[in-house]
Amino acid sequence: MERAPLLQRTPIVPIVNGTPRESEVEPRLLLSDFLRHDLGLTGTHVGCEHGVCGACTVLMDGRAVRSCLLFAVQADGCEVVTVEGLTEAGADGGGDGRLHPLQAAFREAHALQCGFCTPGFLMTLIPFLEENPDPDEGEIRAAISGNLCRCTGYQNIVAAVRRAAETLRG
Amino acid sequence: MAEVLGRAFRRNEDFELLTGRALFVDDVQLPGMLHAAFVRSDFAHARLSGVDLEAVRRHPGVVGAWSAEDLGDYWQPGPLLVPPPPIERLTFHARTQVPLARGKVRHAGEPVAVIVAESRYVAEDAAALALVDAEPLPAVVDLERALEPGVALVHEDLASNVAAHVIQERGDYAAARAAADLRIARRFRYDRGAAAAIENRGIVADWNPRARELTVWDTTQAPIPIRNGLARMLDLSESQVRVVAPFIGGGFGPKIMMFYPEEVLIPWIAIRLERPVKWIEDRRENFFATTQEREQIHDAELAIAADGRILGVRDEFLHDCGAYDPYGLTVPINSQCTLLGPYEVPAYRSEFRAVFTNKPIVTPVRGAGRQHGVFVIERLLDLAARELGIDRLEIRRRNYLAPGAFPHDNNIIFQDFAPLVYDSGNYAPALEKAAEIIGYEAFVREEQPRLRAEGHRRGIGIVSYVEGTGIGPYEGARVSVEPSGRVSVATGVGTQGQGHFTSFAQIVAEVLGVDPAEVAVSTGDTREFHWGTGTFASRSTVVAGSACHGAASAVRQKALELAAGILGVTSDDLVLEGGRVSVRNDAGRSVALGELASRANPLRGAVRPGAEPGLEASSYFGPDRGSTASGVHACVVEVDPETAEVRVVRYLVVHDCGRVINPMIVEGQIHGGVAMGIGNAFYEQLVFDADGQLLNASLMDYLLPTATDVPAVETAHMETPSPLNPLGVKGVGEAGAIPVGAAFAQAIEDALPEYGLEILEIPLSPNRLFELLERKRKEALP
Repeated sequence: MERAPLLQRTPIVPIVNGTPRESEVEPRLLLSDFLRHDLGLTGTHVGCEHGVCGACTVLMDGRAVRSCLLFAVQADGCEVVTVEGLTEAGADGGGDGRLHPLQAAFREAHALQCGFCTPGFLMTLIPFLEENPDPDEGEIRAAISGNLCRCTGYQNIVAAVRRAAETLRG
Repeated sequence: MAEVLGRAFRRNEDFELLTGRALFVDDVQLPGMLHAAFVRSDFAHARLSGVDLEAVRRHPGVVGAWSAEDLGDYWQPGPLLVPPPPIERLTFHARTQVPLARGKVRHAGEPVAVIVAESRYVAEDAAALALVDAEPLPAVVDLERALEPGVALVHEDLASNVAAHVIQERGDYAAARAAADLRIARRFRYDRGAAAAIENRGIVADWNPRARELTVWDTTQAPIPIRNGLARMLDLSESQVRVVAPFIGGGFGPKIMMFYPEEVLIPWIAIRLERPVKWIEDRRENFFATTQEREQIHDAELAIAADGRILGVRDEFLHDCGAYDPYGLTVPINSQCTLLGPYEVPAYRSEFRAVFTNKPIVTPVRGAGRQHGVFVIERLLDLAARELGIDRLEIRRRNYLAPGAFPHDNNIIFQDFAPLVYDSGNYAPALEKAAEIIGYEAFVREEQPRLRAEGHRRGIGIVSYVEGTGIGPYEGARVSVEPSGRVSVATGVGTQGQGHFTSFAQIVAEVLGVDPAEVAVSTGDTREFHWGTGTFASRSTVVAGSACHGAASAVRQKALELAAGILGVTSDDLVLEGGRVSVRNDAGRSVALGELASRANPLRGAVRPGAEPGLEASSYFGPDRGSTASGVHACVVEVDPETAEVRVVRYLVVHDCGRVINPMIVEGQIHGGVAMGIGNAFYEQLVFDADGQLLNASLMDYLLPTATDVPAVETAHMETPSPLNPLGVKGVGEAGAIPVGAAFAQAIEDALPEYGLEILEIPLSPNRLFELLERKRKEALP
């Protein structure tokens, strides 16, 4: 068998969930594929690969971005946070104590069913709640209108966000 | 622990899902894994002379490429998954999908070759190098034109594009028609949509040549039938094949045991190459290669008395099967049966033709044909009510089956091959409750006129439905208590978000007196449990839940008998609570379940003849027939007649799914169903051109409802237990989605009475509603 051609590879060092990850990637490699396949961070899900469904949303330098619409090379030197970065390292029990308040609120409010879109919703909402600590329903719905969920009908997600906002405000 | 059933326990599965730890199929990564891409037909209908893969195979990084010619004896049409039910005079032509097209392609997106390479990127690069020699043929797209003489044939060995012809009737419709004071005849249309689970399909196959074992991770709702079918196709024993349906990102029907081309080919390739192979569907493929539903055209007539009593219904409809019909007649039979609704219909004649077209295959999607039946009967009743000057609620009240009418035999055959017999129901109270909660009387009398005066066009819709759920044949479960006291349940159904890890745990916890959070549930792994069929037809809680109950009850009995011997009392004197068996009113005398599990599996000493070791039991449950859930949907919409924008102001579901195991989960199912129903009613439509090309194959162009489109859904429960299972439960998975179109249509008409609109089609869209309004405006011109 012939070897795959030595495509040009570019060195990058994104900081993913707080850890610098030195890598060499093809320029065309999507950030979503890099996170999932190269780094094994499979909590970031891919639903459409054209930027509509929002399942692949991660934080890049604090902003929610669609990792299917970015190349891994664009994340060079950036702080990337995935859903795995929301909980403490080593959290392996079922205890809610280790969940981020937003995650805990999703559980309390039954804001997830199949759970496939959930990481994208969480990562969309983290910066939203930082900027809007006390959002009303309309603001919440607008904030998640770029994320598709086929299971919940969204209303329990809205309820979870209100609950999380309350907890985070303390 | 008392009262475990009926309580809103938080879900056991949520921690993994929320932290990104849950395993979905695309998360499976294996050393040396290869990746597949499919070459698909650009044409909807074409003569296929050959596929040249030479350039593909030479492409660096490609490990293998196959067209139909390369599959040898493995090329076989897929299995007929559901044979036609035993209905007299029925004709049915089974034409099932093939692994790769040979000689002819029958829908755009049908696979013609598969390529396996070191990465998905390389596989797709190489796919672009395939030369497909195809001569386009006229495409069969329109359902009615498909039946005209001289039209192209999707399957040329048949005399026409008719896939099936079925007539079911009861009573004498001709006599009912002659006796009727009023006859309402209309044509109703329902068009195609996509299930559009957010997770696309996927499959990973891993052949271990030393153990001679195949492991397949599959986004299937039915891992056991897939295991059994793959074993047969690959000439392996069933025990050599393990199929795992891990966490699945939404099912909604199309992930049933389809034996999709990809599902059949990837394991075969993994065995040939002795390397793991992964294929993950992309969203564009999902629009072509995953099954769809809903195109039907009904010509229906209602014969009704002046007092609003239904005398009879006649319905003739066409059902679009798409290019193949592997799932038999489930969808149109559901349409045929569900039309009868909660009503006494003395005479019914229903005839349908299922039609092959050059479009993707049709199989059940949440609701599975029931939408159409509900839409037709509810719309006919609305039109009759208008014509007869009877209130919409009153015409329904006058036709409901009485509470004493159960079991009610409809004298026709349902999709499960059993007579359509409603097990139990109590319909009028659900209507009254819905009317009360939504404030029907006050809305119609005061609110609506007041709002109209202020320039707001608001309308109310209120409709009924029944839903056949929880069909057989059977499911099973195994419940075990380990010496540590851990309780586990294994069942064969797959899970796609329905909360089985929690509701099954609750069922077992209730019986064994343990905490549901401590019950570990396994679903969808044939190594854990390998008898059963799958998750479809709103049946998992009914059928697998009942099996869990049976197995837990057997374990309980075993625990009580063992404890009675140890504690020196009869088992009647014992209670199970907090993981211990205790003497009633003497909690000091007790033994832990884990201790009993140890005693049931001794290392020394004699065991009584016939005794089964361990604190473990398996149980199977097969209902004689499905249980009939029911309910009422009511909504208030506001319509802007200038822009045709529709806003859902309120949406209420009063539903009766028998006994509720976990109200939080049940309400979640309703919310999601309604959201899908709203999408179906107003946003989602797959648009095919005359050549059979899908024009909106992306989520940019095919609109799923978002958080700003879907209202908060109000719910209320009624509980009429089913007598057909020990829990008294009925299914609920599809209830939210089924009557939305009918409620929506009624509400829009009600909002714009001056237009005299008749909404006879779903989906609507702002565009389509605008067209309908424009037509009325033009008609009104002098």
